[in-house]
Amino acid sequence: MKIELNAQQKKDQATFRVFVSEEIVPHAERYDQEEHIPSELIAKLAQRGYLGATLPEEYGGRGMDMITYGLLNEELGRGCSSVRSLVTVQNMVAQTILKWGSRHQKELWLDKIASGDVIAAFALTEPEVGSDAKNIETTATPAGDSYIINGHKKWITFGQIADLFLVFGQCDGKSCAFLIEKDAPGLSMEPIFGMLGVRASMLAELHLSDCQIPRENLVGGVGFGFVPVALFALDLGRYGIAWGCVGIAQACLEACIHYTSQRKQFGVYLKEHQLIQQMITDMIVNVKAARLLCYQAGYLQELGDPNSIMEIMIAKYFASTMAIQAANDAVQIHGAIGCSSAHAVQRCLRDAKVMEIIEGTTQIHQIKIAEFGYQAYANN
Amino acid sequence: MEENKAEIRAFLSRYFRNHNWQDDEDIFASGFVNSLFAMQLVLFVESEFAIKVENEDLKLENFRTINALAHLIERKTASPTHA
Repeated sequence: MKIELNAQQKKDQATFRVFVSEEIVPHAERYDQEEHIPSELIAKLAQRGYLGATLPEEYGGRGMDMITYGLLNEELGRGCSSVRSLVTVQNMVAQTILKWGSRHQKELWLDKIASGDVIAAFALTEPEVGSDAKNIETTATPAGDSYIINGHKKWITFGQIADLFLVFGQCDGKSCAFLIEKDAPGLSMEPIFGMLGVRASMLAELHLSDCQIPRENLVGGVGFGFVPVALFALDLGRYGIAWGCVGIAQACLEACIHYTSQRKQFGVYLKEHQLIQQMITDMIVNVKAARLLCYQAGYLQELGDPNSIMEIMIAKYFASTMAIQAANDAVQIHGAIGCSSAHAVQRCLRDAKVMEIIEGTTQIHQIKIAEFGYQAYANN
Repeated sequence: MEENKAEIRAFLSRYFRNHNWQDDEDIFASGFVNSLFAMQLVLFVESEFAIKVENEDLKLENFRTINALAHLIERKTASPTHA
């Protein structure tokens, strides 16, 4: 057994780290406060191939393996969870089209997604449907060579600037997925502001009112929108989020190492206080544990192993609950300055809370992981 | 074909112990299947038999029984573009 990055992965990791430190970290508080990611940064992400990170080179992608893609998500998450969300969602939709799209859909969209000419969004959640995603209320009605879509989508990441939406609905009670362009007749977008965390992820509501789209925009066939199309996308999304949480916690750890080495109380640096050391130790150990779970999940996903789905859920569950604990301790260690909008740790705490909700809440993960346990460990 | 069926049966038995699967038994009508398992089944078929399940393969008939899965695998492996 060998757990070690190869030379290319190490090189890519170093490149990601420099990019994030130079291009994202200095501006992340501003993105958060303005609830906006500037198009110049999106262009830089595209230029470096991060928007098509997982797509094959034949579609203009970087063809990253799952470990390298995980490292990218960690570094982006260390800098800004909103930016990380953009890359995660873009790759979720890209991979879903690559896997379950028609040849025409692949040829039409994938190179545009990889180049950043098209920003893609994942539109599953609705005002009345979150965790209970099988029971979405958006409907698709066949009409000649078209489908007529009616429904309401909410909390759609980067919905404000997306050019293409992967929208989920029901057709005669069967789940289905569609690609819908932003200027499709009957589709309107409403920005959402004032979120607790991941505030620059430019959320939107979508209103689909007799939205007419060609039949060829169906992805994966009627009856297969939830399984496998949506779950395939969510699996990759969860993987990116798990790594992003490692990044959040790593950012908190590094901030705390720096701050406790600079600030004195009671005549000694904070790092000399044992109760501070306890929190630092927990951060170090938990970040390492979460990262190892992510490596394990990524390794299995790269192999296409059926166990990868559950291992990704385990990694996401641990990493997201770990990240909020690390961020909470980081704010505690920083005291008043940690509560100030001038410091990244308060943003990390708010962002970490969101990680416990998206792509499956902590509670949904607890149910699924327990079910797995009763299946895997019974009669052993 | 029979070898593939045995591998499919072994996979199913990892998830549904104490059940003796018949080749023509409807896996999805059994009441055992949840969405996670359905995803795992697709990954199993792809990784174990080095095929790619694609959008045109998304028909419940292809996955409903051990026989159907074995036929899908045979058809995909016979295709020159299966991997």
